[in-house]
Amino acid sequence: MKYAYYPGCSAESSASAYDATSQMVAAALGLELEEIKDWNCCGATEYFSIDSLPAYALVARNLALAGRQGTSEVIAPCSACYVNLKKVDERMGDYPQLNSDVNEALAAGNLSYTPGSVRARHLLDVICNEVGCDAVSEKVVRPLAGLTLVPYYGCYIGRPEGGFDDVENPQTLDRLLKGLGATVPDYSLKSSCCGGHMTQIGTEVALGILRGLIDLAAKLGADAMVVACPMCQLNLDVYQNQLNSHFGTTYRMPIVYFTQMMALALGMEAAELKFEEGLVPAGPMLEKWQAAEASPQPRKKKSKKALPMPEPLDGGDSG
Amino acid sequence: MKIGVYTCHCGGNIAGTVDCEAVTEWAGRLDGVEVSREYKFMCSSLGQELIEEDIKEYGLDRVVVASCSPHMHEPTFRNACQRAGLNPYFLEMANIREHASWVHKDRSEATEKAMALTAASVARVRYNEPLFARLSPVNQNTLVVGGGVAGIQAALEIANAGYHVYLVEREPSIGGHMAQLDKTFPTLDCSACILTPRMFEVGNHENITMLTYSEVEEVSGYIGNFEARIRVRARCINQELCTGCGVCEEKCPAKVVDTIFEAGLGRRKAVYRPFPQAVPKFPVIDQDNCIWFQKGKCRACEKFCPTDAIDFEQDDRILEIEVGNIIVATGYDAFDARRISQYGYARYPNVFTALEFERMTNAAGPTEGNVVLRDGETQPDSIAIIHCVGSRDVRYREHCSRVCCMYSLKFAHMVHEKLPNATVYNFYIDIRTPGKDYEEFYHRLLEEGTVFIRGRAASITDATLTPEEEGKLIVTAEDTLVGRQRRIPVDMAILSTGLEPRHDSHEVARIFSISCSREGFFKERHPKLDPIATMTDGVFIAGCAQGPRDIPDTVVQGAAAAARVLSIIGKGEVEIEAAKAEVNDLTCVGCQMCIESCPYSAIEHLEERQKARVIEALCKGCGTCVAACLSKSITLYHFTDQQLVAQMRGAMDALFELVPA
Amino acid sequence: MPEDSYEPKIIGFLCNWCSYAGADGAGMARRKQPPNVKIIRVPCSGRVSPELVLRTFMQGADGVMVLGCHIGDCHYGNGNHRTAKRFPVYHRLMDYMGIEKERLWVQWVSASEGQLFAEAVTQFTERLRQMPPMRGKLTTVPSPD
Repeated sequence: MKYAYYPGCSAESSASAYDATSQMVAAALGLELEEIKDWNCCGATEYFSIDSLPAYALVARNLALAGRQGTSEVIAPCSACYVNLKKVDERMGDYPQLNSDVNEALAAGNLSYTPGSVRARHLLDVICNEVGCDAVSEKVVRPLAGLTLVPYYGCYIGRPEGGFDDVENPQTLDRLLKGLGATVPDYSLKSSCCGGHMTQIGTEVALGILRGLIDLAAKLGADAMVVACPMCQLNLDVYQNQLNSHFGTTYRMPIVYFTQMMALALGMEAAELKFEEGLVPAGPMLEKWQAAEASPQPRKKKSKKALPMPEPLDGGDSG
Repeated sequence: MKIGVYTCHCGGNIAGTVDCEAVTEWAGRLDGVEVSREYKFMCSSLGQELIEEDIKEYGLDRVVVASCSPHMHEPTFRNACQRAGLNPYFLEMANIREHASWVHKDRSEATEKAMALTAASVARVRYNEPLFARLSPVNQNTLVVGGGVAGIQAALEIANAGYHVYLVEREPSIGGHMAQLDKTFPTLDCSACILTPRMFEVGNHENITMLTYSEVEEVSGYIGNFEARIRVRARCINQELCTGCGVCEEKCPAKVVDTIFEAGLGRRKAVYRPFPQAVPKFPVIDQDNCIWFQKGKCRACEKFCPTDAIDFEQDDRILEIEVGNIIVATGYDAFDARRISQYGYARYPNVFTALEFERMTNAAGPTEGNVVLRDGETQPDSIAIIHCVGSRDVRYREHCSRVCCMYSLKFAHMVHEKLPNATVYNFYIDIRTPGKDYEEFYHRLLEEGTVFIRGRAASITDATLTPEEEGKLIVTAEDTLVGRQRRIPVDMAILSTGLEPRHDSHEVARIFSISCSREGFFKERHPKLDPIATMTDGVFIAGCAQGPRDIPDTVVQGAAAAARVLSIIGKGEVEIEAAKAEVNDLTCVGCQMCIESCPYSAIEHLEERQKARVIEALCKGCGTCVAACLSKSITLYHFTDQQLVAQMRGAMDALFELVPA
Repeated sequence: MPEDSYEPKIIGFLCNWCSYAGADGAGMARRKQPPNVKIIRVPCSGRVSPELVLRTFMQGADGVMVLGCHIGDCHYGNGNHRTAKRFPVYHRLMDYMGIEKERLWVQWVSASEGQLFAEAVTQFTERLRQMPPMRGKLTTVPSPD
């Protein structure tokens, strides 16, 4: 299937590794991505609080362009872009006045958009639910065995309710990483907020949030935290040094995109996957992986007295 | 024709919104109306006497009562007519309470509607015909479905009165949820100690046929004369030979987690009795987990059984029984705590459900009564009990489950008793203690030192922030009494899961022709005055299948259902609804459309005459055939075309008079 | 009431076991609703013949409601299956008589759905208020006999 591809602004700056590896992985999985010509910024979160009509029109323009290219689904790798595209599409469908106002604005650029005609998808959703984690797993040539990877979804996947995964305990990235051969602990902060732009508003608060996230990952023995959003990556990576000096901690947690880890498992060369763009070096993680490829690890035994654990539910349904 | 119309004020219930005087006056001018009166309470004995006297004095031949729903008082006023010598089917009611005064605010609107409804009934009653209810003998046997404490109580009451009971239970033993519990609130008496004597009584009662590991598959018939088909699943145990010695269980090599009786906290064998005091004493072979059934080898139980009681060849048995009444007491399911991801059940080992904790504190349970973490060894120093898990939450179950506050208090007490140095936190929204000695029990717990935090727990997490939290589960909540966010580190969390309808309650309701509320609890005939009966005569409900309740209330309902059944048996015969269909032989063309439409196969085709005929004993009076008949040859008594059209015209004519187009 | 608006006259045929009990439930819970629907109790929605519906329109009703148990919950097993199957017949006859099909409202309402009943009454009444009254459209009015 052919998808429109909406890279989003960060793909051209801080998240160029995400953009590059997304395209590499998509090609390897046979997903045909066609970049939306002349796309523009999605307005992130702020614009909606400043002036809503232009904010909606800004996003709708991208949907209109995708529709004009003849695609009915648009893939966004960035969680914020994804939520904005989805939100604008839904709201235009729910509120006729907004729909006509936005279309009036689009008409100035000879564009129009019918709500519901282009479906916004997160790249993680398409890979896990269209291609399928099992199909991805079958394509793995160099399993990520020996690596403990913590899946960090951030707050947007699953929110607002009705997304493609559970709000409180999403599973897609867990399944994907397990399929790649990694050890994936149950990371309870997986859908907590990374602080977003709180770093610009209240540094103390933001650093506290980030510290909690990295601290739990470190306790779980993570070799890296795997993310699906440029904002999450930026906050966890860029502010890690600052929080270390602020709290007197010594975290060196690489923050990598899931597409980078997929590319690795699919057999692509680490050197081409832009790991060096992260401020916290991913080198030690990669070295550990290469070493572990040679020697598999022993399993822990459970105590005889232990009481049975309840079976997990296949995906939660918390409201 | 002399019609009497009686408009009821129902105190202020009707008169508060409907101008009853105007309705009475209006009705008095309707065609054929001889007397039109109003009265404060028509259902009172004085009100009924009013009708009876008028029937005699004025020679009334039709009666219309404009009052509440016929579901409430149709039998009352039919009886009044009968007492005065008038056929009860000459009564018609106009529902001006539920359908008018209670649902409208505007007095003139409500009054106009009441007038139209009354006029419709007056127009209809002219065409009512005398009908005679058929009397049918009552089969004295009773079917009780569900062997929990409600079913046990009901079965014993009826059996002790000298009548036979079939008690059907899905699990291998009777006892239900009560058998799983350790102590009962607020008296703290041992649940098993008070229940097992009743279980044995059931097991040994000469008037009770106990069918465990069995399910009702189909029910047909009507009050006094039901037929039920019961599947008795193969136990693979010859009950004639089995002594219940338990050797098979001991020798069986297949061990599985027991998600029913042990609530997932313990294991059982593939051949098992759920618990030592199980009734009957015979084990069952769980074929899904038996090595012989799955892999074709083993048969260890057979080798060691001293009485050769193992029978792998046994098949399910189908039992057809005839009963006069049915009591459905199928109980509840515990809310599945995994559905609320943020509480971490099935994620964090040391989060337990209420039923798991019941089994844990039970001396006969998997930990022999020791309160320990999931590792089976470590005693917790701090325990959080989270109330209202799945209850009082619009995302899951809106209802209050009624027992969780009390059993949470009981848990707190059990911990204080077993681990005197442990701290117990109760996170609650409100403490609800409506029952005898319940509030006193709450006060006792306050004195015992339980910490009560008023606020629904937001989450349970292993993400720690401080060294004190390290290695603990953190319960986060807004303490609404202090007005701040709290993070309480604990070793163990117990989720006080709510009570919800059985997952298959809708299917079960269909089997017994009763209905469910939207969420799945069985619907009673009247929420206040008839919580035991259902809309299907002869089918009664008891216990948590009708709604969440505690043990005393469940026992009361079981006994009440039994009393209702006994009164029907005692009477010996029941009146069968007279509203049946009949085919007009002269006009029937034998097209058989009616036969196809009848849900009960109650119409037969007389081949030689090419006519349809209603089999009276099978007809339930739904009238589907009437609507299907192309030659208008079928009459459904009491709902004839004439009657319904007259009623409709009566309403329409009144409307055009009251509110001209 | 403004000159150009009118109050629709509606007859509701409700099955005894589910929908009539649902309407009673609406009463017990004091669910307010417009007074336009006049309820006639029938044993089963399957009893409501197409002729009965047509006769009601011919009598000047602006709308007719037929409410029964949910499919699968019928007191008579599957009487309401007939109602569901008859739906196109109602519509065809109405079409033949020149009655808009929007004037018929068929819905399943259980005994516990008082609120749903009140909502249905409100919505149907509102819908009919937007349509012209029926009186005068049909001239022949047969007697009930």
